Amino acid sequence: MKTDSTYTYRLVFSGFKAAWPICVGYFPLGLALGVVAQNAGLSVVEIGFMSLLVFAGSAQFIAVSMLQGGAAIPAIVATTFVVNLRHVLMSSSLAVHLRGMGRRFLAFFAYGVTDESFAVNLNRFRGGAWHPTEALVVNQLSNATWIVSTVLGGYGGQYIGQKSFGIDYALIAMFIGLIVFQIRGGIYVVTAVAAGGLAVLLGKIIPGNAYVVLASLGAATLGFAMQRAVKRKGGRGPAT
Amino acid sequence: MDLQREHLVLFFLMGVVTYLPRWLPLFIFSQRSLPAWFIQWLDFIPVAILSALVFPELFLAGEARDLNLWNMKALVALPTFVFAFLTRSLGGTVIFGMFLYWISGRLPVP
Repeated sequence: MKTDSTYTYRLVFSGFKAAWPICVGYFPLGLALGVVAQNAGLSVVEIGFMSLLVFAGSAQFIAVSMLQGGAAIPAIVATTFVVNLRHVLMSSSLAVHLRGMGRRFLAFFAYGVTDESFAVNLNRFRGGAWHPTEALVVNQLSNATWIVSTVLGGYGGQYIGQKSFGIDYALIAMFIGLIVFQIRGGIYVVTAVAAGGLAVLLGKIIPGNAYVVLASLGAATLGFAMQRAVKRKGGRGPAT
Repeated sequence: MDLQREHLVLFFLMGVVTYLPRWLPLFIFSQRSLPAWFIQWLDFIPVAILSALVFPELFLAGEARDLNLWNMKALVALPTFVFAFLTRSLGGTVIFGMFLYWISGRLPVP
């Protein structure tokens, strides 16, 4: 039994080591959301409930500003749905690494799938030897940080410096790092640049944030097609 | 400390439409074996989605999404990228990026 609990501690600890960049990035964002939500007329308890039930940063920001603008519930819910549809792609990628896990685990895990936890966990799964429990720890720690920071923001986040020490750059830097780690050959570089370029272009043209999904689908398909073409040539192309 | 019923209903519904897209693919795709081509395609999703999230963050400014290729966020991204490439350390990259961005904001240049 003792080794069992030591093992669990180790998993929790390594989950913590993987999750801290997310937590550092979430903190100022959560504070900012708390401040905005409070200004929109939500109580601290309501802010906590929202973060607990929804746990989706960008959707929460949008919902709060819609609330303030007097939008009706169906409109806010529909917008939330569209904004969070991109997680279909992320969960599909994660599923490959969670094959054979129980339904209860998956139900619990799904709750914590965000852009950030997805990116960190997938990178670790790829590196091998990443236990689903460690991935779950990443999800839950991110979620806890998010709830605490949004509530704190609701209490008086305007008094806490949200931009000190470049903390507002934490998530961008984390994503940059994760992009670098995902690149395993020229085709991945092309895919990354294509996705980024497409996203900027589509982001300019179409309102809302459908550009994320559209650019990802397009670029991933491009990468896939290139890899197929290289393989068909007899594998003489650049290694992927 | 009030908790309006209407707000609670809203958060609950938002929670449902947030949860379903996260849960359904996990539930469906982890129970069966996927065709090889689909797994190969999914392999490109992470790098694509990360880039699709970051590039607009760096190059589109404000609500109006004005194209701005020359700004501090984008400039700091370059050395951060190189740092990540050389060190392969996520934590280090986060600290490095934060530090550079912070310093750049305190430089006496516009």
